[in-house]
Amino acid sequence: MSVSAHEGAKPARGLRIDFKTLGPLLALILLVILGYLLNPLFLGEGNITNILTRSAFIGIIAVGATFVITAGGIDLSVGSMAAFIAGVMIIVMNWAVGAMGASLWTVLFGIGCSLILGVGAGFINGFLTTKAKIEAFIVTLGTMGIYRSLVTYFADGGTLSLATGARDIYRPVYYDSFLRIPYPVWVFILVAIVGWVLMNRTAFGRYCMAIGSNEHVARYSAIKVDRVKTATYILQGLCVSLATIIYVPRLGSASAATGVLWELEAIAAVIIGGTMLKGGFGRVGGTVIGALILTAIGNILNLTEIISNYLNGAVQGVIIVAAVYLQRGSLRTGRKKAAE
Amino acid sequence: MSLKAIALGLLATSALVGGAVAQDEKIKIGVSIPAATHGFMGGLNWHAAEAEKRLEAAHPNIDLVIVTADGPEDQASDLEDLVSVQQIDALVVLPFESEPLTEPVRAVKDAGAFITVVDRGLTDPTIQDIYVSGNNTEMGVNSAEYIKSRLNEGDNIVILRGIPTVLDTERFDAFMGAMEGSGINVLDDEFANWNRDDGFEVMQDFLSRFPDIDAVWAQDDDITLGVVEAIKQAGRESEMFVVGGAGMKEIIKGVMDGDALVPVDVLYSPAQIATAMDVTVAHYTSNGPVTGTYILGAPLITQENAEEFYFPDSPF
Repeated sequence: MSVSAHEGAKPARGLRIDFKTLGPLLALILLVILGYLLNPLFLGEGNITNILTRSAFIGIIAVGATFVITAGGIDLSVGSMAAFIAGVMIIVMNWAVGAMGASLWTVLFGIGCSLILGVGAGFINGFLTTKAKIEAFIVTLGTMGIYRSLVTYFADGGTLSLATGARDIYRPVYYDSFLRIPYPVWVFILVAIVGWVLMNRTAFGRYCMAIGSNEHVARYSAIKVDRVKTATYILQGLCVSLATIIYVPRLGSASAATGVLWELEAIAAVIIGGTMLKGGFGRVGGTVIGALILTAIGNILNLTEIISNYLNGAVQGVIIVAAVYLQRGSLRTGRKKAAE
Repeated sequence: MSLKAIALGLLATSALVGGAVAQDEKIKIGVSIPAATHGFMGGLNWHAAEAEKRLEAAHPNIDLVIVTADGPEDQASDLEDLVSVQQIDALVVLPFESEPLTEPVRAVKDAGAFITVVDRGLTDPTIQDIYVSGNNTEMGVNSAEYIKSRLNEGDNIVILRGIPTVLDTERFDAFMGAMEGSGINVLDDEFANWNRDDGFEVMQDFLSRFPDIDAVWAQDDDITLGVVEAIKQAGRESEMFVVGGAGMKEIIKGVMDGDALVPVDVLYSPAQIATAMDVTVAHYTSNGPVTGTYILGAPLITQENAEEFYFPDSPF
């Protein structure tokens, strides 16, 4: 065994995939045990529901980010985009309430606007990256600033709040459940399944990985690189839009503080899940676990008193690095153990 | 708001280039404040812009220039620009952070400007000519007094704090000091970053952790809105009440209407920037002395007096 470990960077393929999948899951299980030991209420039904519902926002966005990152891109604009879409949704729904009164149509109208905006914003990121040949980092850094300022401008620096009539109709989308599972979690599950199928069972997913590994080779292999890359950004925009649709009914408001740092949380969830930041390899299932890990950390910190509040960020940092170590580093330690 | 401010700044600059020769007599006052990144600062920006309109209309020889900053470094650069480009006679500044901005403000002072500091004090108070501030200590104490008046020995409360800063610590320490000896248990405190989403999540966790909560000190109205949603979700509205702080219009409206869940608010008004601009202008227009320290009250806002703190047009 130890000989094959020295043989080089390419161990048996099946084994590598196993660790990539099991690493994040192992981290999550350890975290759950830790949470339970610190406070048994962690595994209470109410708390589990809270964690799942909360992780839906970052999780849905992160599924989109998995495609972007797998294809070698990056999208820093998702947090601002979510705030922007939420803001515009609230403005149009308030307008619709004023013009026609509050009804189910008001909410559907808002949701429609959200989808159009998400797809449009994703297309802009994709178009500028592929056709204007600007690095994704710069394009999305730019759009991140633009969306953030726009929502601040629309809200006059304050907060946009949804009119009460529409609020009452829309509220159940976040707070109600089907088969005891809240709707946001259903949306998350659905997005994750569709994402997994797209990534692992379709040509699109294979193209994403091919482009992320080597764009030039992909181009010579007759893959329409620009089109696929643009599609990943549109998919990302669509995911942001879906996340926003379930976010708005929660507090019925949007402000400049909405979605701050969601982009980093989404990227962290993707990387914790085993996707390579440099592209070429994507795991939707891992991303889902990554999002759960991130949410669980915050929840555990709220449920315990033994760690000073001032150190919350440090604990998060340690767990994130440790989780990634488990899926990268476990390759080596796992083999050593196997050799023993 | 910041876009508007930039546009205003550009207009002001072009007006200056055009008419600089004719307007030598004009008194120029720079106003440097943080950008509108959250509710309270949004309100502060709005009140600053309102005060600018009002004061410039009332005093033709006064020219106010508002600049907004995204962080301490950005604000330090703003101060340099106000001195070198705008050549201000006076400065009204709400420092992003106390320590990093003490020296930059001192440099403005050394350039000959009259200095008004708002809200967050500098580490060297001799720099300022005027200091205007809300009262964090009184805010903490008044909140504690109200909670004590409603609860009995053995009752339980939870606390949601803001962002770890001097300002937050002042409030918290004053509150804890006033609660001492009351026999009311503080179950736990967590940071909610003056943010609705964090307020919602932290409160959800408090609710699943503690079966018996009688009151919540959220000390901020944005946090309060998140807390209220979490309590409603858990269906525990009848068990507890929430005390926020600042004076957001939605909360004041609720207090006016007799909301049982959020029965009071404690004032920490973003309009204090307008007070600071008023007294600074008064330095040039009044025949009375204005220099000194102005600590604004942090009164308890109840159903009886809520009307006078209600600004329906403000974004906050």
